[in-house]
Amino acid sequence: MRTTSKLWLGLIILAFLSPLGFLLPEYFKAGDAWGEWSAETLQELAGYVPQGFARLSTLWSAPVPDYAFQGWEEKGLGNLSFAYISSAVIGIGITVSLIMLLGKLLTKKD
Amino acid sequence: MHIPDGYLGPATSGVMYAAMLPVWALVSRMVKKTLKNQQIPLLAISAAFCFVIMMFNVPIPGGTTGHAVGAVLAAVLLGPWAACIAVTVALVVQALLFGDGGITAIGANCFNMAFVEVFAGYYIYKLISGNSPSTSGRRVFSAAVAGYLALNIAALTTAVMFGIQPLLFRTPTGQSLYCPYGLNVAVPMMLGEHLLVFGWVEALITALVVKYLQKQDPSLIVSGKER
Repeated sequence: MRTTSKLWLGLIILAFLSPLGFLLPEYFKAGDAWGEWSAETLQELAGYVPQGFARLSTLWSAPVPDYAFQGWEEKGLGNLSFAYISSAVIGIGITVSLIMLLGKLLTKKD
Repeated sequence: MHIPDGYLGPATSGVMYAAMLPVWALVSRMVKKTLKNQQIPLLAISAAFCFVIMMFNVPIPGGTTGHAVGAVLAAVLLGPWAACIAVTVALVVQALLFGDGGITAIGANCFNMAFVEVFAGYYIYKLISGNSPSTSGRRVFSAAVAGYLALNIAALTTAVMFGIQPLLFRTPTGQSLYCPYGLNVAVPMMLGEHLLVFGWVEALITALVVKYLQKQDPSLIVSGKER
């Protein structure tokens, strides 16, 4: 097997392991990354929601916020894992496609 | 380390976009000159690796989470110019599709992870690995040190962006308009958690992949003389 094929396989394995990225924090009761809190958490931590934050934080509604399908949070860890793996696969697919496109534009013709 | 929308004032976000524009322009020029067609699959793999490895949130029990970035690995394998593109694409996909990092903060997040971390990691790796052969243990060690230090340098620049907000933008009553924490909190928190935990994760993944590729295909780990 060629090295690049093995690396592609490695990426697929990582995609399927990606639910560890929320299962482990949940198990160890770890919260948000520093500086990535929601308005509610900011209210708790800092005692207020900064006005500029309130205005800007809702600027963009990502199609798949936080790698989870909207409304799936209550459906349990199994479903959330499925959403995570799907997000990883979709994200890898789009990232690779964009690089291929950029690669066409940015490399020499030979 | 993904700054969301609302944590930086528009002026800061604007300055960071403005700082990244010449970097991106230079990067595309350099990549046009140096990147070979055969390297595109490795570039795509590196970008996808950055994308997916950032999903692996590592917990500090009872505390915060953080993650590796993969930027130093990309820099070791492809050089800093192509690595900057790999990390930029991963960050843009994360922001637009998954809301991981704000869209106003894409410039800032790319500055920290696709520019600062990539270039710091590349030059630290180059400095320590020197002219050692591509299969030497010194290269694995250099990759680990570069991963650890570069992620921490990026954590520091991120913390400074967060921390200057209360100095720059306040309401008349003194409340911060954006990130509520100043440098005195942001720097020790961000740097502390990366020095203690997340830097080691970046070191480990960078070194492990370099070690693996040395066994698989040492030609991918270019020795110092050739670059």
